[in-house]
Amino acid sequence: MNASLGGATLALDLIVAVLGGAIRVGTPFLMVSLAECITEKSGRINLGLEGVLVFSAMAGFGAAYLSGSAWLGVLAAGAAGALLALVHGLVCSLPRVNDIAAGIALMLLGSGLAFYFGKGLIQPQAPQIPALTLGEWSASPQIRSALQINALFPLGVALAALLAWGLRASRWGLVLRMAGDSGDAARALGYSVNGIRIAATTAGGFIAGLGGASLSLYYPGSWNEGLSSGQGLIAVALVIFARWSPWRCLGAALLFGGAGALGPALQSVGINQGYYLFNAVPYVLTLLILVATCSPSRTLKGAPLELGVSR
Amino acid sequence: MRLSPGRGAALESVILPAMALAGALLVFGAFVLASGKNPAQAWLLLFKGAFGDWFSWQNSLQRAAPLMLTALCVAIPARAGLTIIGGEGALVLGGLACAGLPYLFAPPADVAGTALLLLAAAAAGAAWIALAGALRQWRGVNETISSLLLAYTAIALFKHFVEGPMRDPASLNKPSTRPLAEGLRIGTLPGADIHYGLVFGVAACVALGVWLYLTPSGFATRVVGGNARAARLVGLPSARLTITACAVGGTCAGLAGGIEVAAVHTAANASLIAGLGYAGILVAFVARHNPWVVIPVAVLFGGFGSAGSLLQRRMDIPDASVLVLQGFAFLFILASEALRGRLFAPAPAPGPAAVPGTASPAVSSVSPAVDPGTPPLGMPSAATGSHPSPAAAGRVPGKAA
Repeated sequence: MNASLGGATLALDLIVAVLGGAIRVGTPFLMVSLAECITEKSGRINLGLEGVLVFSAMAGFGAAYLSGSAWLGVLAAGAAGALLALVHGLVCSLPRVNDIAAGIALMLLGSGLAFYFGKGLIQPQAPQIPALTLGEWSASPQIRSALQINALFPLGVALAALLAWGLRASRWGLVLRMAGDSGDAARALGYSVNGIRIAATTAGGFIAGLGGASLSLYYPGSWNEGLSSGQGLIAVALVIFARWSPWRCLGAALLFGGAGALGPALQSVGINQGYYLFNAVPYVLTLLILVATCSPSRTLKGAPLELGVSR
Repeated sequence: MRLSPGRGAALESVILPAMALAGALLVFGAFVLASGKNPAQAWLLLFKGAFGDWFSWQNSLQRAAPLMLTALCVAIPARAGLTIIGGEGALVLGGLACAGLPYLFAPPADVAGTALLLLAAAAAGAAWIALAGALRQWRGVNETISSLLLAYTAIALFKHFVEGPMRDPASLNKPSTRPLAEGLRIGTLPGADIHYGLVFGVAACVALGVWLYLTPSGFATRVVGGNARAARLVGLPSARLTITACAVGGTCAGLAGGIEVAAVHTAANASLIAGLGYAGILVAFVARHNPWVVIPVAVLFGGFGSAGSLLQRRMDIPDASVLVLQGFAFLFILASEALRGRLFAPAPAPGPAAVPGTASPAVSSVSPAVDPGTPPLGMPSAATGSHPSPAAAGRVPGKAA
């Protein structure tokens, strides 16, 4: 009786910890996946979001440290991300430039710049993004700590809603999707395909910059060189997982975040086995979904037709 | 300036990367200047630290060895039309297999044992990348994405085994596997402080270059990568060729991991996950997926790597400056592709210019050392995709505009 009760509370603690972790770890995932989503919808892939993420995390941390305001840091992170993504957009607009390769270059450049300028930022403490406490109603400390939510998370949800509506119903959303599905159609209507793609890539960079800010200004909350564990690279997989839908990006980000939180949560209740294997679950899952849904004769449903990876 | 198309293209493939590198060095100098340091001194130290004396040469060559092998993991599949970016995964699995084999049985502690370890490393890498190729071939899963996912899975597996079942209890601060026996380690070349990995790297580049350009099966692989439809029309076994190319690439990356473990780290630990696979992508693209050109490019980037510590010691510039330089170099080299075909023939009349353009593919088979065309990539970027044929546009001067 006692043992089963203990088991039940253990399981409950675990679930609460994973849910809290899903939001905490998932916020940067959400931002980069929305960023990749808007970029890919315009027909271009940005593998360099990893560099954008690390660079903007550094820039945001530095700005928050120097200005004393976390929100100025967030803004600086977004601007830094947009700037770096703009470089990607411009380089990819040159004829015969492979966007995958340019993405890898951007990853090297962004990390390099971040490590270079961030050398002096490893020690100091910067003001943090405030947490929204939604768990006041509960007496359980676990639930209260799990419901300490990064203030950027609701912003990310709002962005997902805005993107979902905008891509479906607004004029710019239609133009963006047209550039992604048929560059020729966009050109025929007199739009500059490269212009649209540069704008989309830059906007994506800004959103990814917000993800960087939530890495250095909320979780884990300091600047160091091992800050990102490949969240930027995996954004590409997240978007495929989400089939290019902003709402499903939210679900995918929470799933990936939850899987990332599962290892530490199990560790906190004394299970140390397989920590890294749990981290790998989302990657294997994405791969299995790709294997199940792809076929050599047709492209993925929902994929922008001009996109290199969906051909 | 007008040259014959073949000569012009050959000259271009040297001058364009050189110009791009010079541009990257200039931007790097401006970058150093902006941090209040002397750019001329930085350039000098960059050269000295990379190729200034025998000591720095040894360091550069040592760093170049794994880059050659991971670059081949990108270049060989690229020749068959696939963009593989997951070499890092094959590398860490190769390292794991190499360190893990002694857990299964005790290999003889001599050259034969080392060969067995490297064989295991190569097999692990080959299987991993061939899986990405097979998924592409039979399920239509994009190989760029799947190789990236497989790389992350491989790194997770690596960490799981190194910090879990295979952890050496004696490794306290840095979880590692049990160190390899003395006799199993790879030693240094006679008279130098460079391990034998360099020999493997150079030999693999030379041999795979010979295979690609001088043998029928290498030619068939390039046909598959250049034009999959033509390959099917002439009855080439596309599936087998592409998957073989992936396996060959994976073999190289796995071997790189095995050599790093057996020659440098002596056990598998987190030091192996150092981004060598991603640096290999850079080397392969700069070398335009030509295995022979990979050798000097890898030495150059290995040199930049070894100069980083000198820059840090002498000028107090963070060693990440090398990463910045690599990033700029890569971006500039990619951007310089836009100038290809325009350098020596500025806007000729469209009529006659088209003739050398169509004759150009023959040139590539006559002079295999120089590749005039755009390397065959499975995924033309969306920007180039708007042209009817990016490869052809690259060979026709002025047409791309």
